[in-house]
Amino acid sequence: MTQINRLPSGGRIDRAQSISFSYNGKTYTGMQGDTVASALLANGVDIVGRSFKYSRPRGIMAAGAEEPNALLQLGATEATQTPNVRATQQDLFEGLVASATNGWPNADNDMMSLVGKLGGRAMPPGFYYKTFMYPQSMWETYEKFIRKAAGFGRSSLESDVDIYDNINQHADVLIVGGGPAGLSAALAAAQSGARVILADEQSEFGGSLLHSSAQINMLPAADWVKDTVAELSTYDNVILLPRSTVNGYHDHNFLTIHERCSDHLGDRSPLGKVRQRMHRIRAKWVVLATGAHERPLVFANNDLPGVMLASAVSTYVRRYAVAPGSKLVLMTTNDYAYQSAFDWADAGREVVAIVDTRTNPDSECVFVAKSRGIKVITGTAVIEAKGSKRVTGAMIAPLNETGDQLTGDAQLLECDLIASSGGWSPAIHLSCHTGSRPVWSDEAVGFLPGDTIQKQLTAGAVNGSYSLDACLKEGTEQGLAAARNAGFEVEDVVMPVSAPVSEGKPMALFHIPHSKATSRAPKQFVDFQNDVTAAAIELATREGFESIEHVKRYTAMGFGTDQGKTGNINGMAIAAKSMDKSIPETGTTIFRPNYTPVTFGAIVGRNCGDLFDPERYTAIHRWHIENGAKFEDVGQWKRPWYYPKSGESMQDTLNRECKATRESVGLLDASTLGKIDIQGKDAREFLGRVYTNAWAKLAVGKCRYGLMCGEDGMVFDDGVTACLGENHFLMTTTTGGAARVLSWLEIYHQTEWPEMEVYFNSVTDHWSTATISGPNARKVMEKLTSDIDLDGEAFKFMDWRSGTVAGVPARVFRISFTGELSYEVNVQANYGMAVWEAIMEAGAEFNITPYGTETMHVLRAEKGFIIVGQDTDGSVHPYDLDHGWAVANQKPFSFIGKRGMARADCVRPNRKQLVGLKPKDPEAVIPEGAQAVNDPEQAIPMEMLGHVTSSYYSANLGHSIAMGMIKNGLNRMGESVFYPLADGRVIEAEICSPVFYDPKGERQRV
Amino acid sequence: MFYIYCPYCEEHREEEEFHAAGEAHIPRPLDPDACTDEEWGEYLFFRTNPRGLHHELWVHGVGCRKYFNITRDTQTYEIKETYKIGTKPQFTRAEENA
Repeated sequence: MTQINRLPSGGRIDRAQSISFSYNGKTYTGMQGDTVASALLANGVDIVGRSFKYSRPRGIMAAGAEEPNALLQLGATEATQTPNVRATQQDLFEGLVASATNGWPNADNDMMSLVGKLGGRAMPPGFYYKTFMYPQSMWETYEKFIRKAAGFGRSSLESDVDIYDNINQHADVLIVGGGPAGLSAALAAAQSGARVILADEQSEFGGSLLHSSAQINMLPAADWVKDTVAELSTYDNVILLPRSTVNGYHDHNFLTIHERCSDHLGDRSPLGKVRQRMHRIRAKWVVLATGAHERPLVFANNDLPGVMLASAVSTYVRRYAVAPGSKLVLMTTNDYAYQSAFDWADAGREVVAIVDTRTNPDSECVFVAKSRGIKVITGTAVIEAKGSKRVTGAMIAPLNETGDQLTGDAQLLECDLIASSGGWSPAIHLSCHTGSRPVWSDEAVGFLPGDTIQKQLTAGAVNGSYSLDACLKEGTEQGLAAARNAGFEVEDVVMPVSAPVSEGKPMALFHIPHSKATSRAPKQFVDFQNDVTAAAIELATREGFESIEHVKRYTAMGFGTDQGKTGNINGMAIAAKSMDKSIPETGTTIFRPNYTPVTFGAIVGRNCGDLFDPERYTAIHRWHIENGAKFEDVGQWKRPWYYPKSGESMQDTLNRECKATRESVGLLDASTLGKIDIQGKDAREFLGRVYTNAWAKLAVGKCRYGLMCGEDGMVFDDGVTACLGENHFLMTTTTGGAARVLSWLEIYHQTEWPEMEVYFNSVTDHWSTATISGPNARKVMEKLTSDIDLDGEAFKFMDWRSGTVAGVPARVFRISFTGELSYEVNVQANYGMAVWEAIMEAGAEFNITPYGTETMHVLRAEKGFIIVGQDTDGSVHPYDLDHGWAVANQKPFSFIGKRGMARADCVRPNRKQLVGLKPKDPEAVIPEGAQAVNDPEQAIPMEMLGHVTSSYYSANLGHSIAMGMIKNGLNRMGESVFYPLADGRVIEAEICSPVFYDPKGERQRV
Repeated sequence: MFYIYCPYCEEHREEEEFHAAGEAHIPRPLDPDACTDEEWGEYLFFRTNPRGLHHELWVHGVGCRKYFNITRDTQTYEIKETYKIGTKPQFTRAEENA
């Protein structure tokens, strides 16, 4: 393949370095310094995709972030697939593999045929709403196709092989954009000593200066850029970030920068090099020097390959030495675009004509053009592009002064490239991210950044100051201002200067009329990425969509990765005109982050794989792994779930663990339970306020179970609290509720009762807890301690003792979640493993059996012990649980929850109450969540009584058991309810006490 | 992402260190049992949700663990002030002073 459009000289490319790359399966050659877009144009590739809705051929239109059509799927391997890359922003590298991300319907033939049948040839705005509404039963079928149609490209099916990074930084002055305004701002701010960050999305600084023929300080602009960047890099206080897009401007001057560190080097990052980095910057002051996007003109068939932005033509010619065609027709509403025709002529190509829509432009550039022998046709517009897959001609026609009517017949100009310029749209995206509404400027013919509370300054074209001279001046002034605002002293600096150019007034023109009515003329595109036409916008307003936000959503204008960069202003102007309003009256939609697509890799940084979410391990974790435990996630904790032996099913394991614990002795790692150390002279009173039960008389050495409720009276945590000293308690919480409970205690102490002297500390991780449970628990303990009197009378149920266990200091709590004789042995966490192993060794002769959370659940369910969050759900108060015994209403202080559970709704009859459920079929385990009904034969909808909260097979009892909510259940003991299941079965269960095992509680008290 | 001055640490820190804990200045009734259901419901569930200045309770969760108040503009997200529990805000909505 030859680079047929490559100019013989010029450009910022390295002709010595030839680069081969693949596009849509074909191999092409480009040069070092090319983007994929410039290389494709050099190779004469006209079509880079099919349009989203109408499947029309599309070519490269722009040269930067505003490119709507040339979206690439990148990646030589599955693992390196990257969607949504603009060809205009991707530097070429050896071996690059890219393909076009064709939108719908080409991607899917079925979709095309389906839409063909349903929607006909034309797709008006609101097509989806209108077409896919009925019949409702078909929605699920439609949705699949619509979803498929909605995206561009695809993500990788394999893990990304590259490393990504996040970095947090503080800046005194952050300058966004490295064009003339940004560079002069950086120069001015740098010498103040302020910490300056200059970020630019392109591969090199300079912005429009990289293709400019202007002079700064009497030097060619590109030389001034080179000198300026060299000077800036001598400052220690300046960080230069090329290839770095400031994508989001968030509250309180927090900005995110997406730096592409090695995307330009290869399909994979070089070894040890980060691929992309997200900078999270907190800036004292920000200077937005984001420039402006050229606005295409809206005329018939303006989406044909070969229709480009005027500035893009200059960029390709001067920066990349690529002339994408041979015969140019330039249409413009302003002076600036004339330069594109001059650049084209300088490249030795033919300028067929400059078509100026202004009736009598007397600007200097018109005379320059004429003196160069270029034909200038004024008061005229290109009304239609001719050609099928590439421009072959331009239909031009005379236009009245206001630009809304043609005043004569059309004629054809033969050409293969139409460049258009409707003026500039300031790139105000970032200033909108924090909610600032843009303001229309007639002078700039565009929206400018509006009032903001951010510490933000703006300079250059984003302000509507389009001339080079103004950009340099504003950049310098705002750079100084930003440094001063950030608290730095700085003297005035010498401003870079460029010869002022006299400018003619631009014409505000957003929609070129056609000899046919808009609705009958060939399509006139406004938003190329979303296939929104001028006719569609007019139709939307006729259908009654008057708010610009509604027009946007109805037509999809400004959606997607494009975010309305080229189309929004034209679209709003067309909507305004069609409603007979001014643009300021119609207003504008605003822009959201991100400015251009950001990869998930850059957002996530290193927080992936093992670092995606923190995992908490107990001190005994290694032992659990070595002994084959399956794990369950409880909050961030990894808890042993069960310990299968070879050949065992999960149920086999549970049966074995349950029976061993009831018949001999079991061992549980209970270290994850939340533990809060509470001290202070008011600690006891505080407990009385946050728990529903009484604490006034709990003696040192004793433990007590407590229920914690919210102010609404609903249970939100439970646990055992031990009295360690008169003013010292240890509270335990549920594993998942530990952080919430600590916050709860703090908020009441700090905001309601600050006069109380009490202190809370989380000590969860300080202690390792091994629970020895079962009839042989005492015998095991006897082998491990000599200084704790284990006699049943000396060390009773609900007592705690301190002493030495397995040779280390320990607190031992005689509390039980299994209903068996239990000792919870708490030791300093770093002794945890040694003590656990000592217990296992001491228990060996009793066949001590480690058990996990699942066996713990079964054993506690056999005893009717609740698990908050499983048997309760935030709508359950203590009386619903039949836990009235844990509510001490006679306490003098109105404890948290007391008033709540006295509400009318809490004391009404027929509330759902927690009961035991015994299936009539002893083998049938009711699925948790199943709903009870009185009569399974009742017509649907049946009256529902409540759901099953806990349900297991109990090997110890030899039948299945369950707990669940039943309306008025506590008064329905012995009655039957039915659980109709999704598979058609109905399980009948008898309402009973939830205490299935040892109802008198004798076993735990021995 | 907010940049929040903790009045206890006396430093600006990133929002990631803090948690919002609802509207500020909603004291628990001193005698809950004397409240009607309606009064208790008012205390439990009803919040002002203003457009403009809003007093909020925040906690420096991974810092000093102290609760404090923020006056924040719900339209612009500007933080006007942060102040300790038990002190009064400097910035208020007009109707708060009425």
